[in-house]
Amino acid sequence: MEGMGRFIVRRLIGMIAVLFAISVMVFLIFNVIPNSDPAQRIGGKNADQELIDRINEDWGFNDPLPQQYVTTMKKVFTGDLVSYQNSRDVDDEILKGIPVTFSLCIGAAIIWMLLAVVFGYLSAVRAGQATDRALTIVALIGISLPVFWLGEMLLYYVANKLGLFPVGDYVELTQDPLQWANHLILPWLTLAVLFIGFYSRVLRSNMLDVMEEDYVRTARAKGLPERQVMLKHVLRNSLIPIITLFGLDFGAVIGGGAILTETVYNLPGVGLYAGESVASLDLPPLIAITMFGAFFIVFFNTVVDVVYAYLDPRIRLGTQAA
Amino acid sequence: MPPAGAMPTGEPPLPVGEDVEAIQGRSPWYLAYLRLRRNKVAIGFGVLFIVIVIFCLAAPLWSHLVAKTGPNDNHLTDQITIGGEKTFVVAPNGIPLGPGLHAKFLLGADDNGRDVMVRLMYGGRTSIYIGVMAAFITTFLAVALGLLAGYYRGWPDSVISRVLDLIWAFPVLLLGIALGTALAVGGLKIGPLEIPPDSLWIPIGIIGFVYVPYMARPIRGEVLALREKEFVEAAVAQGKGPIRIMFTELLPNLVSTIIVFFTLNIANNMLLEAALSFLGAGVKPPNASWGTMIADGEDRLITAPHLTIVPGLMIVLTVLALNVFGDGLRDALNPKAKLRMDQ
Repeated sequence: MEGMGRFIVRRLIGMIAVLFAISVMVFLIFNVIPNSDPAQRIGGKNADQELIDRINEDWGFNDPLPQQYVTTMKKVFTGDLVSYQNSRDVDDEILKGIPVTFSLCIGAAIIWMLLAVVFGYLSAVRAGQATDRALTIVALIGISLPVFWLGEMLLYYVANKLGLFPVGDYVELTQDPLQWANHLILPWLTLAVLFIGFYSRVLRSNMLDVMEEDYVRTARAKGLPERQVMLKHVLRNSLIPIITLFGLDFGAVIGGGAILTETVYNLPGVGLYAGESVASLDLPPLIAITMFGAFFIVFFNTVVDVVYAYLDPRIRLGTQAA
Repeated sequence: MPPAGAMPTGEPPLPVGEDVEAIQGRSPWYLAYLRLRRNKVAIGFGVLFIVIVIFCLAAPLWSHLVAKTGPNDNHLTDQITIGGEKTFVVAPNGIPLGPGLHAKFLLGADDNGRDVMVRLMYGGRTSIYIGVMAAFITTFLAVALGLLAGYYRGWPDSVISRVLDLIWAFPVLLLGIALGTALAVGGLKIGPLEIPPDSLWIPIGIIGFVYVPYMARPIRGEVLALREKEFVEAAVAQGKGPIRIMFTELLPNLVSTIIVFFTLNIANNMLLEAALSFLGAGVKPPNASWGTMIADGEDRLITAPHLTIVPGLMIVLTVLALNVFGDGLRDALNPKAKLRMDQ
């Protein structure tokens, strides 16, 4: 594997550079806000000037911005970062949210991949027929639904009216696996619908392209049953681009795509924490959460690139035609 | 005279495919129009979008002539007569009036006794306006950056691509709410340009900004490919400068891509606007947008579900109309292209 090691090292350096730039960007966004003096926030409404001055001194708010940035980033990585709002430890809060966010995202990802493959396959096999048209309409509706609205509709009609699933909240997997799943079914569906619609469309069009390939004609010509041609030759080859998309989207969902679902269903994950911190303009959690989210996006991006480079030597040798 | 294959200004060519070869002497735009016309579903949804726009534009008419109330007027303590009986707009237990066949409060009232129908129409104006304006910003920036990066390659390409990568690596929603909350406090002041914190241009700018990489990347790719074509070489040989080549040679070839992206981009913008407003980082109350209306209705989901259902349905219908029509446009303009608009 010529050049593979170098390619990976190059990508890792790029990843660190992007994360650094992102942290600077978030820091700047929140430090140019007027009227959000952090000392005032910590001191509370009745703080006098003396207290404010002392807080400014203690927390280093009088330092020049670059120095404040370095201090903040140091705290992110040593776990010393605390919220301006309630002095809780930010890294602890994020760690507490991770199992919830992962439970939500992994479950949703399994559902969306399974259903997207089934729908996309049926759509492609029956291209132009009634099944295909119906599935296309369903898919387009799926990508047109606002996630939070879908969540509320499911809460209202399924959870409240039919009483099928619990209304929001979260039960830990280790505590009661059945209740865990029961509480998560609606959030999983809510988060998955957009991707089911989108992926099934992509898979359908990929399959229709692959069906034109010579090797598919060869497979048919040598007398393979249609089902086998479709599953082994067409579907398999059409799945590769889908896996790439999946890598990117899964990173994006963990890194912030689940905020709306967690907010609607009141799931105490990282996304809900982000929503609450935004509402109170609490800088430290937002810096840490954005770093957390960007890390997953960049990480999965890199993984996809590396896998692709492994499969296609032109990329890692930098000779890929544009 | 430019050699064959180089199109002067005017009708930009589509990539030559089977359809184009089969019929001689018709412009690619006419052929695209014929293909689109055959797609009855896409046309139907295109018409639906226009109907929705007209519905929203008619807001002042409905407000003045039928409902006789404004979008932000409270009627907390008022009573209206329905079927000869006096009814509270907002019942003493706090539950607002539901939808019914009465000119005032056709779609019921909200928590503050505001007319949901009137708010829906005005809110639609806001939501569609934000969607369209943000799409203009995204398209303008993406085309400019894509042309520059794709034409010059080298270091301009590296710089632009890295910046796009950076924005792309940001979680879209987090970036949106970070900017939204940051700007909501004090607005934005750049030199003579001053945007107050409750201005619609704040969500428009944010939404227009975050989607730039999703459009600039594929456009850059297309420019890179077009740049190698003979007609660009011919233009260079004729002594055309870079700017003229970009505008008269490359841009016309990008038009079909841009149209499709623009349409789908409006749909995505409207979804993002709704999400940001729902999280409190988009349109500021009391201004109505479909997203803020859903957010307002959240607490009344069980007792007054119409507050959530009605604006949500409007978003779904509008976004669906744009998505189906955009899909049809893509098939008609460029049947072989695979354009993707992310989330």
